[in-house]
Amino acid sequence: MALDKVGIAKRIAQELQDGWYVNLGIGIPTLVANYIPEGIEVEFQSENGILGMGAFPFEGEEDADLINAGKQTITARKGASFFDSATSFAMIRGQHVQLTVLGAMEVSQDGDIANWKIPGKMVKGMGGAMDLVASADNIIVAMMHSNKAGESKILKKCTLPLTGVGCVKKVVTELAVLEIKQGKFHLLERAPGVSVEEIISKTEGDLVVPEFVPEMVL
Amino acid sequence: MNKVVNNVEEALKGIEDNMTLMVGGFGLCGIPENSIAQLVKMGKKNLTCISNNAGVDDFGLGLLLQNKQVKKMISSYVGENDEFERQMLSGELEVDLIPQGSLAERCRAGGAGIPAFFTPAGYGTEVAEGKEVRVYNGKPHILETALTADFAIVKAWKGDTEGNLIYKATARNFNPMMATAGKITVAEVEELVEAGELNPNDIHTPGIYVQRIFKGEKFEKRIEQRTVQSKK
Repeated sequence: MALDKVGIAKRIAQELQDGWYVNLGIGIPTLVANYIPEGIEVEFQSENGILGMGAFPFEGEEDADLINAGKQTITARKGASFFDSATSFAMIRGQHVQLTVLGAMEVSQDGDIANWKIPGKMVKGMGGAMDLVASADNIIVAMMHSNKAGESKILKKCTLPLTGVGCVKKVVTELAVLEIKQGKFHLLERAPGVSVEEIISKTEGDLVVPEFVPEMVL
Repeated sequence: MNKVVNNVEEALKGIEDNMTLMVGGFGLCGIPENSIAQLVKMGKKNLTCISNNAGVDDFGLGLLLQNKQVKKMISSYVGENDEFERQMLSGELEVDLIPQGSLAERCRAGGAGIPAFFTPAGYGTEVAEGKEVRVYNGKPHILETALTADFAIVKAWKGDTEGNLIYKATARNFNPMMATAGKITVAEVEELVEAGELNPNDIHTPGIYVQRIFKGEKFEKRIEQRTVQSKK
């Protein structure tokens, strides 16, 4: 069975390591915060200006002055800090944030990512995505393997305007965990019950498949 | 030095057609809403607005767009605004989309007397088109230039008569950098106190950057995405 969004978030959460500062993008990446493995401590950064982002507030306790980068009302954890946008991106550009998780419309086998623009149709802007992907050492992309028309989004070359080049190291989709190295996708894990054949058929980019592909343990 | 003006009319006096304005805020959080309402009243046209977002259709800078007062927007993310997208796709509105960190740093540089800087953000994308590329530490960077404005309009939580400012939580965002980059910086505050009442240790924006300060008449503080959890 292919994973749902929660499943993708749970699998990405397994990548978290104790002591990391982590930036989560909008959408599936936001869900990762709900599945931090037991026994480790991570701190979430939101690029609009908070370290130590907490859960959503209780009803009636929302504060218009306290939001995340998705403009959702949030809370601040004990030990949190607030800062301006230049400081926030200094943290990101200066590689003080250990992991960035974000969504994508397309990724390529060279590690390119496209997630901000569909020419003539949708132009919302890149927000902080270009700064994040250009600077983070460790980027995990959370995305669906194919678009609604069934076409692969795991490509040899991106067709949409790029957000960053050669930056994505790992991709988690509803079907698989893929690593990008030496200009190819490498199949690391498959979703429970998903066949290697299905993953191969839905991956347009070059895919290296080892003899044994373990199932994800969620 | 007393920076206090009596009201929003006085605070925005001197804004004319064709000027460049910086407007603080992230989404609808920390925007100078009283000043934006006054800009709509003033009706000046062909404005260039530097602001991370463009508000929503009926609030924030979206109000200036509805009123067709904006010639050009310099922003990083404009996804919450249908009128914006319509004007942009039809070519009525010029738009310069900039990576958020580069936008923040360009404002900071503008206020700090740094004409340009190299950043890796946007390398290899359309943002890099026409920009100088240099390799530092084995990694390509693009040259981004500083931004300044005729007026920078910011929103703070507390301010004093000297123009010292303190922001609240994530309503700080772009306000401190923009405050440094305006030829004239206007601060709209929720609470205006006498000099000496704010602890100098707590000041985020020193008064030197602020030319005019006033207490906003009312703050709606609209929430864009109200997300809550229910009490167990």
